[in-house]
Amino acid sequence: MRYVLLCVGNEHPWTQAGPEERQAVYARWGAYNGFLAERGAGVGGHELAHSSTATTIRKNGDQFLITDGPYAETVEQISGYVLVEAGDLEEAIELAGPMPSDVEIRPVPAREAS
Amino acid sequence: MKAVEQAYRGQWARLLALLTAELRDLDLAEESLQDAFAAAVAAWPPVPDNPPAWLLTTARRRAVDRLRRTAVAARKLPLLVVDEPRPPEEPGPRKLPDERLRLVFTCCHPALSMEARVALTLRCVGGLTTRQTARLFLVSEATMAARLTRAKKKISQAGIPYRVPEGRELAGRRDGVLAVLYLIFTEGYAAAEGERLIRDESAGEAIALARMMAELMPADSEVRALLALMLLHHARRHARLDAGGRLVRLAEQDRSLWRHDEIAEALDLLAPALLPPVPPGPHLPGPQPPGQYLPGPYLLQAAIAAEHVSAAGAHDTDWEAIAGLYELLERLTGSAVVRLNRAVAVAEAFGPARGLELLAGLEAELPRHHLLPATRADLLSRLGRLEEAVEEYGRALELVATAPEREFLLSRRGTAIQALSG
Repeated sequence: MRYVLLCVGNEHPWTQAGPEERQAVYARWGAYNGFLAERGAGVGGHELAHSSTATTIRKNGDQFLITDGPYAETVEQISGYVLVEAGDLEEAIELAGPMPSDVEIRPVPAREAS
Repeated sequence: MKAVEQAYRGQWARLLALLTAELRDLDLAEESLQDAFAAAVAAWPPVPDNPPAWLLTTARRRAVDRLRRTAVAARKLPLLVVDEPRPPEEPGPRKLPDERLRLVFTCCHPALSMEARVALTLRCVGGLTTRQTARLFLVSEATMAARLTRAKKKISQAGIPYRVPEGRELAGRRDGVLAVLYLIFTEGYAAAEGERLIRDESAGEAIALARMMAELMPADSEVRALLALMLLHHARRHARLDAGGRLVRLAEQDRSLWRHDEIAEALDLLAPALLPPVPPGPHLPGPQPPGQYLPGPYLLQAAIAAEHVSAAGAHDTDWEAIAGLYELLERLTGSAVVRLNRAVAVAEAFGPARGLELLAGLEAELPRHHLLPATRADLLSRLGRLEEAVEEYGRALELVATAPEREFLLSRRGTAIQALSG
């Protein structure tokens, strides 16, 4: 099965982080990507720019309402995702364990995974 | 009818577990097995030589029928993740492999909500009908049916495996299963709301489930301890309320009303574990540091309950030992409720003033718990600080939920007020 591991959390510390702190965080993500590669489980993934750069479109029939900002204005936002291949939820949880952030695990429905 | 009931009681969980592994579809397995039992009601007697095998064969046939009726393309849910799909073999009377642990661990998976875990465990492992499960939790049958369907969908769609966890994982997940069983038990033991303080039925279900777990994991002392703990509480059920339905405190209970056979069974279950230090061996759960015996939370709670029932009378209770056990339990769990209980034991062992000290500041953690002001009120009145006691009884009355407990608190407050004016 495929799972998307969504990287969730408060974005504020990241915006305040200095170059050294950022480098340290990127190093941890680098190590995590190494772990996924070693397991042969990583299928793809990206860091996302800050939610203040988000644009949201709400659709109502033919009408498009375009607004600035993320879909839900909450303190915790999605700041990245990793797509992994795992045998079951147990393995997905194991793969999410070393990820340097809180994680929301979402299964990809089977017909789209293959 | 009797043979069907007996088979249902004794075989439901085993057969469902087996079918689920074969069909890789919990919902289909459940419906087909239900069909098979309905067929048995019509076809028995004569009772077949091997009722479980008959039921299994019938259920398999029903599953095939059901699958035929639904086109493969219309199947909405992915198959369960099952490790080695076992070829369906003709089972002999004692040859049915026992798959119940897989079923239990899947129903109690931490990726399911606690509500869902409880509902699934009662329905799939306990064999309760949806209606019975709904009644135990005071929700409508439709609500419970929706909850069960949602839970089964989540298992299938999220890829929760049909598997017993291994290695380091097992101890933690085992604790999760025990927590579900204990929750079912405590729901029955003291309904959060409503008139009946003791709902024997769900406590009885929880005990049956714990008995099954103890049978399936005989080497695990925490599992045995949980069963013993439940038995020790449940054995006092007839003494807990008086003829008028009023709450009777442990110290005032008529000990001849206790079920001493159940108490004896519980003490037997605990006997091997209550003799520390035990050299680490295969009979102890999880990895143990060499030469050190670490009791788990259920063992400590069962040991406390055992101290209570082993005393010849309330006055012979070894409160110092109980206070010591609570201290260990508080260190292990960091729970505010445990601290509250420890305060009661300390008050009995070393005086109410010492108990009162332990209650200081607990409001922050237990703002809605009526037993905190109720306990403080009791200790204050024993210290002769009656005005403060009456105030605390008032606070407890604002928070209490069950009628017998409310009545009990009212009468205690009445006594304190009388003493004040007298």
